[in-house]
Amino acid sequence: MHELSITQNMLDLVLEQAKNAGAKEVGKINLVLGEMTGVVDRAVQFYFDFLSKGTAAEGATLSFKVIPTTARCRNCAKDFELGEFDWTCPHCKGNNIEIVGGKELFVESIEVE
Amino acid sequence: MEIKVVKDIMGANDQIAQKNRQLFDKNKVFVVNVMASPGAGKTSLILETIKRLKGRVKVGVVEGDISSSLDAEAISKEGVPVVQINTGGECHLDASMTSTALDSLPLGDIELLLIENVGNLVCPAEFNLGEDWKILISSTPEGDDKPFKYPLMFHEADVVLVNKIDLLPYLKFDVDAFSKTIKGINQKVKVFPLSCTTGEGVDQWVDWLLGQVRG
Repeated sequence: MHELSITQNMLDLVLEQAKNAGAKEVGKINLVLGEMTGVVDRAVQFYFDFLSKGTAAEGATLSFKVIPTTARCRNCAKDFELGEFDWTCPHCKGNNIEIVGGKELFVESIEVE
Repeated sequence: MEIKVVKDIMGANDQIAQKNRQLFDKNKVFVVNVMASPGAGKTSLILETIKRLKGRVKVGVVEGDISSSLDAEAISKEGVPVVQINTGGECHLDASMTSTALDSLPLGDIELLLIENVGNLVCPAEFNLGEDWKILISSTPEGDDKPFKYPLMFHEADVVLVNKIDLLPYLKFDVDAFSKTIKGINQKVKVFPLSCTTGEGVDQWVDWLLGQVRG
């Protein structure tokens, strides 16, 4: 349930950006969520509906772009999605890997009026 | 009108963590964020660490729990300064809660600050507190498959303490395979197998920690 504080942080960020742009209303918020963060989009939506009441972002549509957890093999330099119970490289069977995707948690853009 | 933002949602927390960091640096405090699932042995590990560091390093403790001050009471019996944070439902500590707790600690008289996070393997991994090290305690009864289930936590940890190794004869837990899995995605990690009950391996961990504190 880290989504409560994460959603509050997200909303603060969005409202600040909207205010800076002189916008009256936020229509859409485009979010990028890495799978590895464990942030659940439905929970973000739930908290957002509650927290945004009475703000310029009330009623805004949330759009989630989910980034899968992606690893890069340090041996053969190929990328692959992390397996559920196996973190070896499917190409060379090496197990020295680097996480290159899945930790994202940011607001990409907002649509305002 | 579309506005490009591309800003990290954790940015606000990270800014406060940076302020905490400056305060720690100013007071020359080495800070360890202790994370684990409930029951893995965070408080036991902190108690065993304090006992072995007595007279060697001045320790302070921040205790994070959803509710109760049981852990803080156990630690205050060891004669070290301790502050309890009750998060009131939040499943992790954040930089702001930590900052508030720091006001109640004699930072100038602390060389090592141990922050016990809320028992949870998901959320604390997201929130920087301004610490030097993130320590994860993973206990053997939890099973050796935990890295696959909580990859972020194992990816972020600087040190993994494998606690309750005295129970290994009764469990299917492969310490070598477990260490290999973590080191595969986290090359910087140090792994120390130990038991807070028998004391096995605890000295090695504490000696290593002492080396880090004295830098």
